[in-house]
Amino acid sequence: MPTPTKGARLGGSPAHEKLILANLATELFRHGKIKTTESKAKRLRPLAEQLVTKAKRGDLHARRRVLATVKDKDVVYALFEQIAPRYANRPGGYTRITKIGPRKGDAAPMAVIELVEELQVAASTGPSKEARKAAAQQAKVEALAPEDEAPAAAAKGDDVQDDQDAEAPVSASGDKPGDKAEGEDTDKA
Amino acid sequence: MAVPKRKMSRSNTRSRRANWKATAVTTAACSQCKSPKLPHAACPVCGTYNGRQVLEV
Repeated sequence: MPTPTKGARLGGSPAHEKLILANLATELFRHGKIKTTESKAKRLRPLAEQLVTKAKRGDLHARRRVLATVKDKDVVYALFEQIAPRYANRPGGYTRITKIGPRKGDAAPMAVIELVEELQVAASTGPSKEARKAAAQQAKVEALAPEDEAPAAAAKGDDVQDDQDAEAPVSASGDKPGDKAEGEDTDKA
Repeated sequence: MAVPKRKMSRSNTRSRRANWKATAVTTAACSQCKSPKLPHAACPVCGTYNGRQVLEV
């Protein structure tokens, strides 16, 4: 059984709902920021972000898949050429919903949904947890190792390929400094 | 079909309706202009949310 879509059902029929969401997505990419009801904004967010992800891929197949939803070719061009490059280093989360309170008339809760600005600094996913751990281990090994062994370990590390550089010295000289460290602990105790 | 046997007295009607009360809307002070606003929503006075201008005023 397929997982039901999260959020409210819009319009009078599935076709109407599809049309509402497609029009909202088109206007969002045209203007960058639109005011709508909270329910519609919440339904629009996943659709708009999937379209941006397709635009980031940028090939002809992705363009045709986007054109199936956003019928306006000018908007699709703008999405692929101007909007998608802005989010090259952003791993998802391209839209922001801000609630702005009830509407006059029917008191429907309204919201502003907008495309977020360009990410200035690279996302924090740069040095991963494992890489940081390896670097810390490397620093510890170099601090514990005697002066004559540390350059040798570094030289060994340079021979290995770049992507393995963080881990290789640890395994290459892992035994000796580890033994030394235990010896020091016992001496102190 | 079951129907009421007696007319409901004015007193009973009024004491029932006396419990229809509106509750005050919860508000939070805007961090920019300190005016009361809905929590988790942009301020309608200065148009900011989370230090970011959302609405043009």
